[in-house]
Amino acid sequence: MTISLIMFIAFVALTLLITFWAAKRNTGASAYFAAGRSITGWQNGLAVAGDYMSAASFLGISGMICFYGYDGFMYSVGFLVAYITVLLIVAEPLRNAGKYTMADLLAYRLNPRPVRAMASLSTLTVSTFYMIAQMVGAGVIIERLIGLPFAPAVIGVGVLMLVYVVFGGMLATTWVQIIKALLLMAGAILLSYLVLQFHDFSLAGFFDAVSKADYAGTAEPKNLMEPGLKFGIAVAGPWGPLDLVSLGLGLVLGTAGLPHILVRFYTVPDAKTARSSVVWAMAIIGVFYIMTTFFGFGAATILKKALILTESGAPNPNMVAPILAQELGGELFFAFISAVAFATILAVVAGLTMSASASFAHDFYSNVIHAGKENRPGAEVKVARITAFVVGAVSIGIAIFLGPAVNAAFLVGLAFAVAASANLPVIIFSVFWKRFNTTGAVAGLVTGLASAIILILLSPVGIFGKAGAPFPLENPGIVSIPLGFLAAYLGTILTPRDLVAEAKFSELTVRAHTGLGSEKATSH
Amino acid sequence: MEKNKATVEWDRLEAKPEFKALLSRKASFIIKATVFFMAYYLALPILVGYAPELMKKKVFGEVNIAYLFALSQFFMAWIMAFVYVRVASRWDREAAAVIADAK
Repeated sequence: MTISLIMFIAFVALTLLITFWAAKRNTGASAYFAAGRSITGWQNGLAVAGDYMSAASFLGISGMICFYGYDGFMYSVGFLVAYITVLLIVAEPLRNAGKYTMADLLAYRLNPRPVRAMASLSTLTVSTFYMIAQMVGAGVIIERLIGLPFAPAVIGVGVLMLVYVVFGGMLATTWVQIIKALLLMAGAILLSYLVLQFHDFSLAGFFDAVSKADYAGTAEPKNLMEPGLKFGIAVAGPWGPLDLVSLGLGLVLGTAGLPHILVRFYTVPDAKTARSSVVWAMAIIGVFYIMTTFFGFGAATILKKALILTESGAPNPNMVAPILAQELGGELFFAFISAVAFATILAVVAGLTMSASASFAHDFYSNVIHAGKENRPGAEVKVARITAFVVGAVSIGIAIFLGPAVNAAFLVGLAFAVAASANLPVIIFSVFWKRFNTTGAVAGLVTGLASAIILILLSPVGIFGKAGAPFPLENPGIVSIPLGFLAAYLGTILTPRDLVAEAKFSELTVRAHTGLGSEKATSH
Repeated sequence: MEKNKATVEWDRLEAKPEFKALLSRKASFIIKATVFFMAYYLALPILVGYAPELMKKKVFGEVNIAYLFALSQFFMAWIMAFVYVRVASRWDREAAAVIADAK
């Protein structure tokens, strides 16, 4: 355990140095919220990838593939394809027409106060669900790795993350993310290599072994290459396949509405760089998720059942990747993978806090409470720092309250569903539909947010449990995403035309498609 | 930049025929591409859910249609990103020409 501890300390020291360096460069709101728009395409690509390859991806998907085989791999597919939505529809207009948050885009032509208030609520909701999931993951892992109990582990992660966000802002958060993404890729490549080495570098031999995996929590050997070990079983009867489609829809449309991914496009100088950073991210994320084949299936073929079980005898899906590393690469590699897992959680949580606090300070404090007339220099950054502290403290509190047993995938799924149902419809309509008005935007945000949350509560993973759930699907997307679009549409056509919004549509269109008048990079 | 904001004639720029043409070409590409990738992507969960026996058919060794189809999604995404970047850089040049006289 001492090697793990040394690696943890080394990583923390390195990232604190970055934060110290970034803190000296934080002069003004653009520097704090958007890293001075100075990040290059490949750097931002790594940071986007880093924000995305969270604990849920690295630890969660390895565990899912190890236990449920092919069905876990479907997550990997959805997570990558989602970036096409980001690339084609969201990234460029957002960079051209926005400043710090998603709501900037909406506020261009719509009545800013109600739209910003709702967008801010939606951002805070998505970020908080996502963050609690990561915090719980962090607590469980650190508890297991260095023996720190759950509550102090969560508090430790929270405090470190607050240091990055409060002092270092977006620049520090971005560089922590870049370093973590590089370490994670290095670890994943080495782990895949060791798995292939174990199977004598024979892909045929590897897939042969996968098809005869004899544990994965099952009594008899199962063919992990075949679909249907998880999905279609969880939800009985005719609803099973539909639940799978619903999950796919949520994954592929949710990413384009995730606030911590969206704010990443403000750190680059222009839309062209925003586009190239999505392409970089897709290259990195794609290679990473293809490698989940090796460490997910690899764990299933190499690890013995006893290694995967916790002390209480239950399978521990979150620990599959680190245990595989220990088995194949020894104590040093285990320490490395563990430190990377820890870094992953820390960096993702910092990114989430950054987007939540930016939205509250910029949208709610400056533009709703002060109606955009707050001119004291530095006030917005100060409010953001205080918000980061409050958001951090609240999610630490909730994570400890929910405890280590809460289902992290459930919380992340909720975040994706809310993002796809509430944020994506209003972003799309705002950029592409001239007639769109304020009522439509508020209706879309409210309906998307409420329907996703209510359907999850009524689902088999919600408050009524498996037996009495009024809504048969675990994933709400197939209902709540169309509802979000429908509400935004009906809210618009059932209310009078907003001539101001339509007049400003010309300005937004020219800005979004040409980049004219968008905020440029500042040099540090 | 603030000064620039006040003097730009957004309406005039938006009404330019070259800009209108650019927008409709962009929209047409994005709609077609979106319909294609959504259909290709959703075909995976639909086939896995409704035609599991077909998806379990082995192609070579133990590698089945389900895994190959899933793997093909990665290449679909990469190819689509590559194609998009190529057409988008052409749009960039056209957009720059539209706003060239507004600066």
